[in-house]
Amino acid sequence: MSKDNIAFHRTHMLPEAPPPATETGAIKWLRENLFSSVANGLLTVVAGYLLLSLVISAGPWFLNGIWDSPSLTACREMLDGRTGACFAVLTERWNQLLFGFKYPDELYWRPTLAFVLLFVAIAPVLFVKFLPHQLLIFTGLYPFIAYWLIWGGSIIVPVMALLGVLFGVLVYRRTLTVSAGVAVLAGIVGAMVFWWIAGFVTGSAAGFLALEPVASRDMGGFMVNLMLGVVCVSLSLPFGIMLALGRQSDMPIIKWICVVFIEFIRGVPLITLLFVANVVLAYFLPPGTTFDLILRVIIMITMFASAYIAEVIRGGLAALPRGQYEAADSLGLDYAQSMQFIILPQALKISIPGIVNVAVGLFKDTTLVSVISMFDIVGMIRGPILASAEWNGVYWELFGFAALLFFITCYGISQYSQWLERQLQTDHR
Amino acid sequence: MKKTVFLGALTAAGLVGGAAAAATLDDVKARGTLNCGVTTGLVGFAAPDANGVWEGFDVAVCRAVAAAVLGDPTSVEFVPTTGKTRFTALASGEVDMLARNTTWTFSRDTDLKFDFVGVNYYDGQGFMVPKSLGVTSAKELDGATVCIQTGTTTELNLADYFRKNNMNYEPVPIETNAEGQQQYLAGACDTYTTDASGLAATRAAFENPTEHVILPEIISKEPLGPLVRHGDNEWEDIVRWTLNALITAEELGVTSANVAELAAGKTDSPETNRLLGTEGNLGEMIGLDADWAVRALSAVGNYGEVFEKNIGEKTPIGLARGLNAQWADGGILYSPPFR
Repeated sequence: MSKDNIAFHRTHMLPEAPPPATETGAIKWLRENLFSSVANGLLTVVAGYLLLSLVISAGPWFLNGIWDSPSLTACREMLDGRTGACFAVLTERWNQLLFGFKYPDELYWRPTLAFVLLFVAIAPVLFVKFLPHQLLIFTGLYPFIAYWLIWGGSIIVPVMALLGVLFGVLVYRRTLTVSAGVAVLAGIVGAMVFWWIAGFVTGSAAGFLALEPVASRDMGGFMVNLMLGVVCVSLSLPFGIMLALGRQSDMPIIKWICVVFIEFIRGVPLITLLFVANVVLAYFLPPGTTFDLILRVIIMITMFASAYIAEVIRGGLAALPRGQYEAADSLGLDYAQSMQFIILPQALKISIPGIVNVAVGLFKDTTLVSVISMFDIVGMIRGPILASAEWNGVYWELFGFAALLFFITCYGISQYSQWLERQLQTDHR
Repeated sequence: MKKTVFLGALTAAGLVGGAAAAATLDDVKARGTLNCGVTTGLVGFAAPDANGVWEGFDVAVCRAVAAAVLGDPTSVEFVPTTGKTRFTALASGEVDMLARNTTWTFSRDTDLKFDFVGVNYYDGQGFMVPKSLGVTSAKELDGATVCIQTGTTTELNLADYFRKNNMNYEPVPIETNAEGQQQYLAGACDTYTTDASGLAATRAAFENPTEHVILPEIISKEPLGPLVRHGDNEWEDIVRWTLNALITAEELGVTSANVAELAAGKTDSPETNRLLGTEGNLGEMIGLDADWAVRALSAVGNYGEVFEKNIGEKTPIGLARGLNAQWADGGILYSPPFR
């Protein structure tokens, strides 16, 4: 066989050719995502035009922004007719927006420290699987530390409050053998008695390790929103669980108390409850009794949120197959055990999106306190800042700033909840 | 059972409340601070500054009373109230007096059981129009679109005024003053109507205030003044005469600058002497010492000074005295004599 007869065959491998221009890189991405059909292409062009015009119209407003000026009039003089924001109001009044107008400046580090510690405290709860469980001790201590930092006063008060809680838990543990209900009652009574006795001690040791006290009515700004949001969400979770379980209880009195509470609270707008807290209570209490306004508001918002969370969790409980309850019974677990180990972990997992929804909604609802003349961030903007002769007429900058703060917080919460849902996902989809 | 407890608590609260209301002066002295209800913020009338210190036209009344009663204009606890919470705050005893641009009306004075001690600002509803509209009188507003806050007395006044003058208008309902400002500037309405002082403050915040005019017609009476609870006439007298002292001081030419000098010895004017306590015993009659008015005046100055400092023509708000000038100068500010 001569070489000539052999059909052509390649002796070496061809180098990799680049893919066609339309099937690679930016062009491919554009074709697939933006111009996959005539209709989509048209939509892309329109959306692009709108986006561009938004940037063109809003761009100068941001770029020309004045960051240093004593008043709105001065701002306008500096801008000299150009479009531009007057961010100077933020640089001058940032402290009022964050802490309110009466919190002493030299003490700003205290709420700030409490805010930083908040992350340390909730991290072990949020990332249970990744952090050592010992850190939960700090979480337990955090409310008392935060109280001491924000309100100041003698350290004896939060320490006694903590000891009262521990004493209550101790009583609860001791009486748990009798019955769960009795134990809870005994624990609460025990803590109350302890606090009552401790009241005499704290009165005499008011100056011991004392931080400069700050009254509740001196607090304001975003700090109040955060405080109300964090406290009310964390309190309303346990209350919500109890109410949801109570509503499913076989014991008629407990069941009806829970049903009436939930239905009543859900049937009343939050703003009404806040007015009750602010205005109506003042009629019932003798003049001179100052029942802390923030405490009153916390109680009302917690009640409100508990009722909603209870219904969300009830949905979770109802979604569990009957077999789960029966399985728990057949293992010989009593009510408390079956709830703790079988039912609630599953029900709560189902309820996460709903709970987060309530939490985010509640956090934003805390701005309603501005209506009862508390100076939260919206109250600060609408009241003192817009009423000052210097800044009357600045709207976009201030409300934009408030919106930004709320967006960051709420987006963070929502991202965490999505992550948590993925973490807890045990079924196969 | 619950109902009984509830009623019991109510009765107890009522009794204690009644007892406490009878001696507001003693309460204030024992507490060492005056609880004064103010607005949550109204330009020129009451607002905390960058350092958190309350300032304004209404705030000055609180400070004057505190200076007269307690000797210290700073020992005031300002309780911010909204339009919805102001009356309950006063009625429940949370505040000792309310100085919060509140219109003196029949039902508030009688039905709500308050006592207005006087008028510190005579306001009235007016109209603001852009200069380019070429309108010089409210009578020329036939057929105009009007931005108007809903649910207020201004809405009713507007309807009355246009009906009386046989004119038509188209209302553009708005919720707050801030919204009104935006709508008006955006051209959603030809004219914006609210209290004249509010119009002036709103206009002051505009980018080009000179392009807008406030029409001369005032279509309603809005006498604003401090008020106290029914039932404690001694306290009411103190607040009333502190306000009158500020007004009389302007009439007599007593200012914060010369009050110390005038009070040092007897002057030629007997009324000045009586006001400043160098003659007679007026202070004693209202349960205070002789220097009460001197303290109030050195703290905030006389009515004219308070006006000029907070809302007068040199401030951005730029209100003219108008009705609020002394009666001798063509206004209707008229304090009963100190005798």
